Amino acid sequence: MTYQRPTFKHPGLPKNNLGYTFKEYEGGLSTLCAGCGHDSISASIVEACFKLNIEPHKVAKLSGIGCSSKTPTYFLGNSHGFNSVHGRMPSVATGASLVNQELMYFGVSGDGDSASIGMGQFVHAIRRNLNMVYIVMNNGCYGLTKGQDSATADEGSKSKAGSVNMFQAIDLAGLALELGAGFVAQSFSGDKTQLIPLIEAAMKYEGFAFINVISPCVTFNNNVGSTKSYDYVRQHIEATSTIDFVPIQEEILTNYKEGDHKNIKLHDGSYVMLNKLEKDWDPGDKNSAFSALQKARDKQEILTGLIYLEENPTNLNKLLNTNSSKPLSKLTEKELCPGTKTLQIINDGFK
Amino acid sequence: MKPTNINDPEYFHKVVDCQYACPAHTPVPEYIRLIAAEKYSEAYMVNWESNVFPGVLGRTCDRPCEPACRRGRIEEEPVAICRLKRVAADFKGDVKKMMPQGPFAPNGKKIALIGGGPASLTVARDLAPLGYEIHLFDEQFKGGGMMRSQIPSFRLPAEVLDEEVNYVLDMGIHTHFKKYVSSLKDVLAEGYDAIFVGTGAPKGRDLTELPGREEGKANIHIGIEWLASVAFEHTNKIGKKVIVLGGGNTAMDCCRTSRRLGGEEVKVIVRSPFAEMKASPWEKEDAIHEDIPIIDNHVPKSFVVENGVLKGMMFDKVHAVYDEDGKRLLLPTAEPPVFYEADDVLIAIGQENSFPWIERETGMLFDKWNMPVVDKLTYQSSIPKVFFGGDAAFGPKNVITAIAQGHAAAVSIDLFCSGEDLYKRPDPMTNLVSQKMGIHEWSYDSGIANDHRYVVPQANKTLTLSDRKKEVELGFDVQVAFKEAQRCLNCDVQTIFNFSRCIECDACMDICPTSCITFTTNGEESDLRTRLKAPATNIHQDLYVSENLPTGRVMIKDEDVCLHCGLCAERCPTAAWDMQKYLYNTSKAGHSCQAV
Repeated sequence: MTYQRPTFKHPGLPKNNLGYTFKEYEGGLSTLCAGCGHDSISASIVEACFKLNIEPHKVAKLSGIGCSSKTPTYFLGNSHGFNSVHGRMPSVATGASLVNQELMYFGVSGDGDSASIGMGQFVHAIRRNLNMVYIVMNNGCYGLTKGQDSATADEGSKSKAGSVNMFQAIDLAGLALELGAGFVAQSFSGDKTQLIPLIEAAMKYEGFAFINVISPCVTFNNNVGSTKSYDYVRQHIEATSTIDFVPIQEEILTNYKEGDHKNIKLHDGSYVMLNKLEKDWDPGDKNSAFSALQKARDKQEILTGLIYLEENPTNLNKLLNTNSSKPLSKLTEKELCPGTKTLQIINDGFK
Repeated sequence: MKPTNINDPEYFHKVVDCQYACPAHTPVPEYIRLIAAEKYSEAYMVNWESNVFPGVLGRTCDRPCEPACRRGRIEEEPVAICRLKRVAADFKGDVKKMMPQGPFAPNGKKIALIGGGPASLTVARDLAPLGYEIHLFDEQFKGGGMMRSQIPSFRLPAEVLDEEVNYVLDMGIHTHFKKYVSSLKDVLAEGYDAIFVGTGAPKGRDLTELPGREEGKANIHIGIEWLASVAFEHTNKIGKKVIVLGGGNTAMDCCRTSRRLGGEEVKVIVRSPFAEMKASPWEKEDAIHEDIPIIDNHVPKSFVVENGVLKGMMFDKVHAVYDEDGKRLLLPTAEPPVFYEADDVLIAIGQENSFPWIERETGMLFDKWNMPVVDKLTYQSSIPKVFFGGDAAFGPKNVITAIAQGHAAAVSIDLFCSGEDLYKRPDPMTNLVSQKMGIHEWSYDSGIANDHRYVVPQANKTLTLSDRKKEVELGFDVQVAFKEAQRCLNCDVQTIFNFSRCIECDACMDICPTSCITFTTNGEESDLRTRLKAPATNIHQDLYVSENLPTGRVMIKDEDVCLHCGLCAERCPTAAWDMQKYLYNTSKAGHSCQAV
């Protein structure tokens, strides 16, 4: 086994506005199983950050426990990272985003970490509307403990050993929508053309952006009968639309015919460009998003793409009116030690 | 694009850049791995099979492999392929017992080889084990041809040459040394079944038109003739001030030899700009290291002779301009001519063929440049039983080309003597074997070393300049040789893609350190080259295209900067990728599938 990636890179790699190639956004060599969907998601995050000219030191990666939560080691090696307790990533993210709003928060979790042990944390992160990207690498099984069914395993899905799951699955995208997430998307690790623009849009979204990514576990959940295998997902995938992300500096050049496309302007002026829209679906209308999800469920399809986008996002810092405060790390002695006079006034208040 | 046909033996051959660039197609990565494994004798034999003179070439080869080396495209310098070859020769054990052991059962055919240089010796090596009775003729008292007469001992010690020439001659070759063949007609009359002409390009170019050439002739020498006369110890001194004219490797050998025979102020003066000189860069470096200035952009105007004694030379200064087609013109700079003092002048401005001994009435056809008409594939001349090879065939090139042509001519001679079609060339021997030893384990060293190229140490200058026979380069020691060998990327270990196993998880594309692999929709090559993960701008390197995959995409691998690190295969969950070692050997005479 090779534990070290050669340091040579292609001499003709394209560079972004910061002068970085995508290699500068890579992390350590993955120790996940060969062919793991999570590695493709990591690669998509790398690509998205490269394309958006993200300065690596302005990103914090947060995760819990599990195969998915190992991945922050494998991307953005020059960014901040915090590998927290199982299912407790949202708490850490909440604290971090309150004390430093200058960082972009990237929460990475799995179906076990979010839908089982961390469910309580997950729902409150949405309810409080943290300004972060929350990616669930969803493989429907506990890969790290040999592939037991997880809470997102579909009813009737067959495990590698042959047992059939008898419980209903938790639909994380539906749940996020229900709890009021402003940006809800669903994708597949094997479809980077869709996943990368979704991640780009999520990073530019100023509120809670949730992406549920179906990510096959090649070792324990890629068998015939599983509803999270590469083959099954490819056969049952249905996209709400094709998606392009157009950054702020660029002009929209493609022309599409009226009625089957929609451009959504984000807060910073960039666009999410949707084409070949599904009938009866409007990403800005929660009802149509609910109904699209339900219809897909009825047809046993996996609906991917952007599912819902609230065009006027809010977030925890805005709600608490703390969105203008400096990061704690940048507070100086002047702010931290206001002097005897002020102390006297405070003390007088208690008399 | 259509799916790549990897069953074509030339496809993967081309991926092994060094081997592909070598005229004799020596399996370079194969012997470099053997060196790393301390199997020097085996490494030597891989070379000997392909290029007959590993010890000689490991010191003197023109190294067409090195500019081709893939390593040179991912970092600054290619692998020191040539000097690793020398390592195999320096540290080998008894290799003679690994060579074909005579006496060989005669097949009743008799061959004459005219000239005892690398081409002829290669023919002899290839044909002797097949039972041919081989007669080799050379005007000198020993074999080796220009390797002996033109390459100075400080670059190639005589013992090294003798050893390798003797490996061939000891196969029962009938040598006729000190015998100058003066008539092809006579040779033809002697009833040989085939005749091979490997007489080289023995005539050095002169400057007969230049004023003063005749008057100063006592101190004006033709480079290759002078080198030969030094090599055979007829000349052992030269004047203190020497001018060497010319910018090729012969000029470099002339100036460095002059330094060892008493030349104190030796200069190389050349017409072309320094960067465009024909000499190999390392040979120029070595000359400069021995305090020999190289003065470029100077065209010889006249020899200055006073009272019958050569005083020096006049030169016109020029500068190079390039026309629209990139053709170079040397235009005068309008500066006055310059004078350089010299006691002796060596003219090393090229050499040419000369066939005074081939009578036109033999029926041999010559072209308008007075070169014999020789078939480019078979090396057969217009007289069916006469074959050419080496510099004699198509003009001066280099030792390794002569060897390659010798192999090809030997194949032709063997086919000719067996009454077979000379154009039905035997196929190359190829072998493609998986290197998989277990999960993520390969039988080759797949790790990529970051080391930069190691420099070959040289002997002390004061020592080498005082002894013409003292070899300058010391060669790598075993430890450094290992490190240098580790720089080799194992380009012969091929990435084989089995599309029917691929589940399109993109793992290989994500892991590839040099972004060689892309999964995308098919298209025309020119279009595809622009939409890969990293643009494929090196059009000399092929794209490996798979059959259509289930999602309608294809796998495209740009061979250009693949490190052959095997990570794609390690990351593949379904073993759709495999690392397989490709061995390609050009067929030698008698190695084709003939009835035994």
